[in-house]
Amino acid sequence: MSTLKPAVNNDDHIEGSLSAPVEIVEFGDYQCPYCRQAYPIIKDIQVLFEGQIKFIFRNFPLAELHQYAFLAAQSAEAAALQGKFWEMHDAIYENQARLSDDLFLELAGGLGLDLEKFKQDVASAEVKEKVEGDFESGVRSGVNGTPSFYVNGEKFDGGAIDLRNMLNESAE
Amino acid sequence: MLEKGAKAPNFELNATPDQRVSLADFKGKNVILAFYPADWSPVCSDQMALYNETMKFFSKYNAQVIGISVDSVWCHLAFSQNRNLHFPLLADFEPKGEVSKAFGVYDELVGESKRALFVIDKEGNIAWSYLSPTAINPGADGILDALEQLEKD
Repeated sequence: MSTLKPAVNNDDHIEGSLSAPVEIVEFGDYQCPYCRQAYPIIKDIQVLFEGQIKFIFRNFPLAELHQYAFLAAQSAEAAALQGKFWEMHDAIYENQARLSDDLFLELAGGLGLDLEKFKQDVASAEVKEKVEGDFESGVRSGVNGTPSFYVNGEKFDGGAIDLRNMLNESAE
Repeated sequence: MLEKGAKAPNFELNATPDQRVSLADFKGKNVILAFYPADWSPVCSDQMALYNETMKFFSKYNAQVIGISVDSVWCHLAFSQNRNLHFPLLADFEPKGEVSKAFGVYDELVGESKRALFVIDKEGNIAWSYLSPTAINPGADGILDALEQLEKD
């Protein structure tokens, strides 16, 4: 069974209580339609199991397949440097149908980011390394497609709906 | 299925309508042979698309990835262009499944290759092999672990 390498750490974006007993990591691609489908289900899980789960997102852009996947990941990481990772993560998925080179700046504007800093950060080596580092961690962890989920460090064999069902069952 | 320590049988198959590729062409390089059932699986979790993205990790270990299925060269060509693949797909098409059979990974019942991975070292010996359930994309972590181990040996 594949395990998460490296374990969740300070470089990760974590939503939810740090002390929550269930840790869910998603490896996702912002242009992947299956990740888009998973997005509202994850939101649902976060509401249903508030306080019991924490959610972590790592970048796994299939850049050869999806034209905007890498730029989207860079944009979310650049927003993170202004404290708005999750806002950008959500905004990109909600606008997946109209991905373009210009969309990210528009979304950054909508989130009230410093646009000059945002542009610099998107193009920075630091942000590129973060995205590539996430990707490599996915490869090492046995990610075989997007989205791939890990629950408490173990690869979860299924999609977001399976994940919700599993959590529902274990809560009964 | 051939396993670690066996000599990899040589083969020569078409990669494109006018280009043939043989295992011997890669002597001095590690080779990753990925047998898979068919082109055109309709998901982003496509195994060949994944290896396309992980080629840079493979090349750190001087390894070339090659996909093999029983699809024809024309099918491979269209699939490869559609997915923007940067490595060869070989057509185990005529006689059908001959190379898959030589490696012990042909599914007679459905007439397709099984989903199987081989890491072959620079001398042409099998260093690692793995048979995956047909429906499950095995990812790239096992391949990388095997290549890493080869470097240590």
